[in-house]
Amino acid sequence: MTTSVDQRSVTASGQPNVLLKLWRNKETRSVIIQIVTMALLFAFFAYIINNAVLNLQALGKTFSFDFLQEPASYDINQTLIEYTSRSSHARAMLVGILNTGLVAICGVILATVLGFILGVIRLSNNWLASRIVYVFIEFTRNVPVLLHILLIHGIMVHFLPLPKQAISVGDALFLSNRGVYAPRPEFLDGFGFTVAAFGVAVIAALIFRRWAKKVQEDTGKIYPVFLICTGVIIGLPLIVFLISGSPLTWEMPKMGRFNLQGGVMLLPEFLALWLALSFYTSAFIAEIVRSGIMAINKGQWEAAGALGIRRNRVLQLVIIPQALRVIIPPLASQYLNLTKNSSLAIAIGYMDIVATIGGITLMQTGKEMETMIIVLLLYLSFSLVISAFMNWYNKRIALVER
Amino acid sequence: MFKRASIVAAAAAVVGIASGAQAATLDDVKARGVLHCIVNTGLPGFSYTDANGNWAGFDADMCRSVAAAVLGDGDKVKFIPATGKTRFTLLNSKEGDVIFRNTTWTFVRDVDVKLTFIHPTYYDGQGFIIRKSKGVKSAKELDGATVCIQTGTTTELNLADFFRANKIKYTPVPIEDSSEARKNYLADRCDAYTTDASGLAATRATFEKPSDHVILPEIISKEPLGPVVRHGDNQWEDIVRWAVFALIQAEESGVTAGNADELAKNPPNPDVARLLGAEGDLGAMLGLDKAWALRAIKARGNYGEIFEKNLGTSTPIGLERGLNGLYTAGGLQYAPPFR
Repeated sequence: MTTSVDQRSVTASGQPNVLLKLWRNKETRSVIIQIVTMALLFAFFAYIINNAVLNLQALGKTFSFDFLQEPASYDINQTLIEYTSRSSHARAMLVGILNTGLVAICGVILATVLGFILGVIRLSNNWLASRIVYVFIEFTRNVPVLLHILLIHGIMVHFLPLPKQAISVGDALFLSNRGVYAPRPEFLDGFGFTVAAFGVAVIAALIFRRWAKKVQEDTGKIYPVFLICTGVIIGLPLIVFLISGSPLTWEMPKMGRFNLQGGVMLLPEFLALWLALSFYTSAFIAEIVRSGIMAINKGQWEAAGALGIRRNRVLQLVIIPQALRVIIPPLASQYLNLTKNSSLAIAIGYMDIVATIGGITLMQTGKEMETMIIVLLLYLSFSLVISAFMNWYNKRIALVER
Repeated sequence: MFKRASIVAAAAAVVGIASGAQAATLDDVKARGVLHCIVNTGLPGFSYTDANGNWAGFDADMCRSVAAAVLGDGDKVKFIPATGKTRFTLLNSKEGDVIFRNTTWTFVRDVDVKLTFIHPTYYDGQGFIIRKSKGVKSAKELDGATVCIQTGTTTELNLADFFRANKIKYTPVPIEDSSEARKNYLADRCDAYTTDASGLAATRATFEKPSDHVILPEIISKEPLGPVVRHGDNQWEDIVRWAVFALIQAEESGVTAGNADELAKNPPNPDVARLLGAEGDLGAMLGLDKAWALRAIKARGNYGEIFEKNLGTSTPIGLERGLNGLYTAGGLQYAPPFR
């Protein structure tokens, strides 16, 4: 780079020194490099877009999203919204988005809960518990997530019994290789009272919590806020429910000719994907939690203890708030990983974004470019939403520095 | 000087080969002495290598009949195994002279991919396989069943249409490839598995106890499978087409591998006489000799014999003639008159 500019500065008679000077100046040189880089970047993108346009023309293909309005003509086995094979490709895409969203949200929740529990046990003084969790974490996070998915799916499909011999858990849950069946609640007239009671209970609990905090600040008296709130939120709706005559029945799954009919069914594909993603991610979260807690100086425990605060209150008031600051940023990237890993659903046939719009729709319409752009944008927006939420939460719990 | 001369010579050679090969696949095959035949990499009943390492099956035998008609010997065939993706490339790059690889005749392939389809030697369609123990006699009884499908194929669309048209419900289990689908079906993840009926029969033949599984009578789509040649060589196209028709006509006229020589000497009627070359010279019109059809029939038998030997009810695959019966028996196999 330098030599070529030097040569030019020599050959361009008249003002050789100006260019050389610009190049030798640190600030202008950085500007020049940035301009050149930007120009190359634009040229690169212009080249790919032009290449795509030319190739589409050569194949006689048009670039349009009109196909989204045409009937999809294929069926999907897990639909959270109304969908038939006559629905549009756009609708099929929405079904895929919701399925990805479902497995991502369920996965994030289970992975977080599991990860926190495992992380804390890993730090436990109990040698056996700590070692068992250590082995679990090392095994889980060092095996590719695809193998976890295939393993769990294989176990479900090959080792669970057929629907006719489904394993019954308390006559409520039925485990079979076609999926896990549960009773579906059916709300009768008068269930509204119970819902209203639940709302009242939540508001009452919030008011109580605020009052209890004020009392604590004024007098130092501590109420068992958590227990009382839980009691109210569960107890009040329960009493109303019983008084209004239990307006709720359960639709039990019954054996049809081939499968259990009725009730709620969770497909083995969903369960396998959900559990595999959760286990895999929980191992990473456990390590993040452990690092977060270990990052807190031992002096914090001792200082709080010296102030006479009980050990569980120390954890709740001193350690966890500080540990969270270390935990949250890497946690966010684990959530992103989990969501993106959910696209491995294709391996077992879970109908997510990739399987619907990026799979069957692509094959049937031949619109590779359009569908892939849509899939790309969908995952991008999923990730950006998660990032935005985690950034907001991170700011909220950040240490307020004075 | 030398350089220029060699370039001219090379160019002439290239042009010469190109123009020569364009017109006359027949000449190439004759010069080579071997027919290059593109077949499936391995589909029991259609084209597969048997225990002795020889190619066998319905498509392989058809190919041998063509070789017998053209070269006089049904064993002068080189089989080129191809996947669904590579078959058309192999044909168009002249690696092969003809495709006998259960290829569905569709509009786009015929018109847009520039192929010439000869005749559906096997009328196939999408069907269902299910365990006998489920007690199902018809696909219309599959209400509430779980069905395994290969995702992204036309199979998936046909399936949705079939169940919607019959107003019955099912749970699809989409699966990426056929071996996965087979595993899931055997694990009873799904009650039924659906793909082309011949594929179902071939898959069933590989099961530990094939008789425990039944292929349902309903066929829910059209999959006409047959040989394919390149666009633009009408003579070669005619040879392959009429070699196939000769096998079908032979079955209709009662000519078999066993009695063909006898009937050629004492033809019972003028139709058989023309077919076997005892009367007229149809072979010359194709650029072959008089006994072309006689040899094709003698190689592996007539259409019915080839079918029965490879796919019929006496084989492990056990397919009924159905649509592939002669038109006289209610099927679709019908050869135009040999005159």
